[in-house]
Parts: sequence; C-alpha cells; structure tokens
Amino acid sequence: MGPLSVLSEFPEWINLLIAFAIGIGFGFALEQAGFSSSRKLAGMFYGYDTTVLKVFFTAAIVALAGSQLLSFFGLLDLSQVFVNPYYVKASILGGIIMGAGFIMGGYCPGTSISALSIGKIDGMVFLLGGLFGAFLFAETYPVIQSLANGSYKGALQINEWLGVTPGVFTLLLILAAVLLFWVAELAEKKFSRPDITSDL
Amino acid sequence: MNKSKYMNPYLAGLLLGLVLLAAMYLSRRGLGASGGIKYAMVAMVGTVDKQHAMESSYYSKYFENGENPLKNWLALEVLGMVLGGFISGALSHRLKFKIEKSPKISNVKRLTFAFVGGAFFVYGAQLARGCTSGAALSGMAVLSVAGFVTMMAIFGSAYIFAWFFRKLWI
Repeated sequence: MGPLSVLSEFPEWINLLIAFAIGIGFGFALEQAGFSSSRKLAGMFYGYDTTVLKVFFTAAIVALAGSQLLSFFGLLDLSQVFVNPYYVKASILGGIIMGAGFIMGGYCPGTSISALSIGKIDGMVFLLGGLFGAFLFAETYPVIQSLANGSYKGALQINEWLGVTPGVFTLLLILAAVLLFWVAELAEKKFSRPDITSDL
Repeated sequence: MNKSKYMNPYLAGLLLGLVLLAAMYLSRRGLGASGGIKYAMVAMVGTVDKQHAMESSYYSKYFENGENPLKNWLALEVLGMVLGGFISGALSHRLKFKIEKSPKISNVKRLTFAFVGGAFFVYGAQLARGCTSGAALSGMAVLSVAGFVTMMAIFGSAYIFAWFFRKLWI
C-alpha cells in the first residue's frame, strides 16, 4: 500500500533517488510533448497549437482518476498525500502574475527547464529571469508577507466545496476535459498558422 | 506540416499523468519546477552572503537544519528533469543551441522578454506556492481548490495579456 515513502519508512536518500528518477520521467514527457518549444506553447493563447491544453488535461485526469482508483482498491492512502493549501488572494494574484510571465517569456518554469535541456537559449534566459524573480520575492517578502499568508482556507478540496464525492467530481472533470479537447481541435483548424507550425 | 516529430499530445499527457501518479504513490507528493528554482536561488544567496541569509526570516528557514538547501526532493527532481529532457532531445534529434522566436522580432527583444517573463512567472509562483506543475497540475490531481483556482488564474491572465504581446508571437 502507498504512499511508499511514508508507509515503508524510506531513508531520506532513497526518497531523493526517487525524486531524481521522477524528474527524468517528467523532463522526458515534457520534451516529447513539444513543451521545449516556446512558439508551440504560445500557440495555446492564439489558437494555432493547443498541445498545452491536451497534454495538461490528459495528465490531470490520468493522475486524478488513477489515484482515486488506487485509493478505491485500498492500494493508496490518499490522506497521506500532500494537498495544496488554499490562500485565496495569493492563488489568484500569483496566478495572474504567472499568466503575464507565461505570455511574455513563452515558458513556464517546468517547460523552460525542458527547453534548457535541449539547448534553447531563450529557455536558459527565462530560467535566469526565474532565479531573479525568486530573489525578488525573497527580498520583498517582508512587504508581501501578509498578502501571501492571508485569506487561508486550509487544504480545501473541490469536491467538499461542491458537496459531491471525489468519484463524481472525477467523472465531471473527465467530461469537461473531453469537451475542451473537442473545442481545442476546432480552434486549431480555425486559427491554423501553417507558417508557424511548420517551423516547430 | 511536420508535426509528427513530437509525441501525440494525448499519449504525452498519459505519460505525464503516470509520472505524476508515481510521485504521489512513491513520495506522497506532486511534481514541481519553480520550487527547484527557488532552492537554487536560496543556495546561491547562502554562498554569496551567508550572513544576509541567516539574518533574513525568509532565507534562514532553509538553513535551519544545517544541510545544503539543494539536498531536497524538488532540487533533485529538477536535476533529473534536465537529464530526462536531454535524453528525449537526443532520441528525437532536437539537441541544438538556438534562440527560438518569431522571425519578426530580434534576438535581443526575444531574450529580454524571456528574462522578464521568467522573473514574473517565478515571482507569481512563490506567491501562489507553486507554478503550472506544482500548483495547477499537481493540485488538480489531488482535488485541491488552490490547484483549480491557480490553473484558471494562470490561463485566464495569459489569454488577456496575449492580446498585448501578440507581436512577440504572431
């Protein structure tokens, strides 16, 4: 029964080795998906390439449905798995700042690492900017601290919030994802930019 | 069109989802990327100016246990990502030093916006306690409201700002 790191009491170095192995899989999947290309990622916001949506939502529903199934069959204790805490203002404002960074820089942090790994210089510069952004946050922390730690709601889960079971919510998310995939396929036809996509 | 050189997006999504599921099953946590960048920055500040790091309430918590801040799950995962991406690029013949940009803009413009975009993104990720990987994707997989809200804020904001920055891309 999982999670293995808790229930079999791994020494720390095994958990770090797992982290490295997980990272290899993560980096491999992102690069194979084409996430090492900023113009491919930016296509999401102009409609000519919607790979971001397809990969992102497929991954989310696979991990969600997979973990729910493992839990249902008693193979994974989900109460031991980290659930991101919800700080209302920090999540919304942080997300808005990230969205602006996404369209200016063409990457998110994970995809910039993917770009760096195959030699994209714009990815390396994005990461340098990222180090600077982390530094700026640390240095402005005293000013932004109360905003960052305010409106705390705990590790709130969306199914509780909607008053449904995790299984019902998983099913709803799968249906929503299928609908989004259909819209994405239509968008790629409508906003097609062969001059860009043939370059990628 | 030569799109077939990348993996089918639904298949790549399945692969990414299984990697995330493995992280949840093995290490009871999700994936991350901006956190690894933060630990690299904290380690750099600790090397350059240890006194400043120990006096600041922000940095000092990363040095409390006396260990290097890079001896950390996210830092090792990010190191693995570089190797994983390199293997994928080598297998698909994509290893090449280049600046990727629209032909309509200069290299300097592309790199300036890449730097500014990176700074914005990671600043926002520190505020929201995670980026597209750690907050949005991993959060959604554990049904976290924070995950769904962050995902909608990132993509909603990027759609709005996309109009202002369209000359960078199309």
